[in-house]
Amino acid sequence: MSIEYERIIGIWKNAPNRKEMKGANLVAEGANPVCGDRIKIFLKIKGGKVVDASFTGEGCAISIASASLLADYAKGKTLEELRKLDKEKIMELLGLDLSKNPSRLKCALLPLMAIKNG
Amino acid sequence: MDVEKIRKDFPILERVVNGKKMAYLDNGATSQKPREVIDAIVRYYSEYNANVHRGVHKLSEESTVAYEDARRKIAEFVNASEEEIIFVKNASEALNLVMYSYGMANVGAGDRVSISIMEHHSNFVPWQFLAKKKKAKLEFVDIDANGELAGLEKASGSKIVSMLHASNVLGTINDADRICKIAHEGGGVAVIDASQSVPHMPVDVKKMGCDFLAFTGHKMLAPTGIGVLYGKKELLEKMEPFLYGGDMIIEVKKEGSKWNELPHKFEAGTPNIEGAIGLGVAVDYLNRIGMDEVRKHEIELISYAIGKLKDEVAIYGPMDAKKRTGLVSFNVPGVHPHDVATILDEDGIEIRSGHHCAQPLHDRLGLESSARASFHLYNTKEEVDRLVEGIKKVKRVFA
Repeated sequence: MSIEYERIIGIWKNAPNRKEMKGANLVAEGANPVCGDRIKIFLKIKGGKVVDASFTGEGCAISIASASLLADYAKGKTLEELRKLDKEKIMELLGLDLSKNPSRLKCALLPLMAIKNG
Repeated sequence: MDVEKIRKDFPILERVVNGKKMAYLDNGATSQKPREVIDAIVRYYSEYNANVHRGVHKLSEESTVAYEDARRKIAEFVNASEEEIIFVKNASEALNLVMYSYGMANVGAGDRVSISIMEHHSNFVPWQFLAKKKKAKLEFVDIDANGELAGLEKASGSKIVSMLHASNVLGTINDADRICKIAHEGGGVAVIDASQSVPHMPVDVKKMGCDFLAFTGHKMLAPTGIGVLYGKKELLEKMEPFLYGGDMIIEVKKEGSKWNELPHKFEAGTPNIEGAIGLGVAVDYLNRIGMDEVRKHEIELISYAIGKLKDEVAIYGPMDAKKRTGLVSFNVPGVHPHDVATILDEDGIEIRSGHHCAQPLHDRLGLESSARASFHLYNTKEEVDRLVEGIKKVKRVFA
């Protein structure tokens, strides 16, 4: 198994930011009807910038790891900056090249889509 | 049946995936193609490509003969007559044809249409649409704990009873004869979705007694884009066409048109000629092996697979190999099926994950999705062993 995928499974097993957040300004939800994945992202925004972020949900290792990494990355960014992120940035955060795996790329993009639509 | 010899007929089985010899276990989604099917398509385009039923020149005659010869082979394969075999693009189109041309004309407000909870979306969504459009009642036959139909009798009295012969998730082989009998006793017609049975076992439409039977070529060693609808002649004759245009007419005047004879009435436009020819050659191939032999091989494989997997994973459907086709859906507790499939893929083992176009069934089972390994005549016990080893690895990685 690749080191990159092992890292993803490590995050899936133990993501400290996988928890609900009270007092979040924004709760963004995303679902993938094909595999039944559901992700909820909680953002606390102060002075235009994200000061805290967490997530909950059920899904495969890639969608869960993507939510966790995105929540970490979100801190210090504006909502506008987050909504401008693209699939290249998500692949960079994950350390996985999913450009030839369109089905797994959808899993990876679920948390970002939630923020874009949230 | 010599599996090693059969494997040599399929060029793609030489493929290496992620540095490992590929074990293709996704035949429920689509099968691989033997060299002679691929060669037949190349020969058609290299030697006699021309439109069918149109020209009088040599090439057109040759392509027409090849196209109609394929129809004859397929008719014999399921024990139908040639005029009862309609070429379509896949099983979904076949079932849509029945829904539009038969269903729209014969189902009215308050009438009942019965399907089962284990249907593939292709035999689910069309009837849902019909019921909504006609204000008819769509009813579902449930399954028991074993994944077999429960309470089939209650489908009696439906205008249409449309059910699958073999489940693409549970593997369950339904008693299609009984489905037809119950449909007929209640005064309705029986539609059988045979997508997962015709490629894997002998099917005889006369013995079964169905009014319509749908199946698709690509799951039975033929190319994609070619499927078959069998319909009883007396029903097809009474039905209006499904699609209108070229080749489905005898005469077109400004005032009106006359429909062509069967089966051409239902084949508007230039058909998938190479697909039909390819399907004919695939049927030749399967006949040479023998469908009884194919079935025997798959029973052997699936009973071996279930024996090895039952202590490792949660298996859905009947545990008795004789009651199911050569596929097994399962879940590794606590691991998403996509992750199972990705880790197996790293070792060159190709399986399916998701809801397999059977979302209502997954809802009924209380699942979001499942993983599925599905076999065909070229799969081996060694590949089953690799699957089992791969699943053990998944459990180690996610422990």
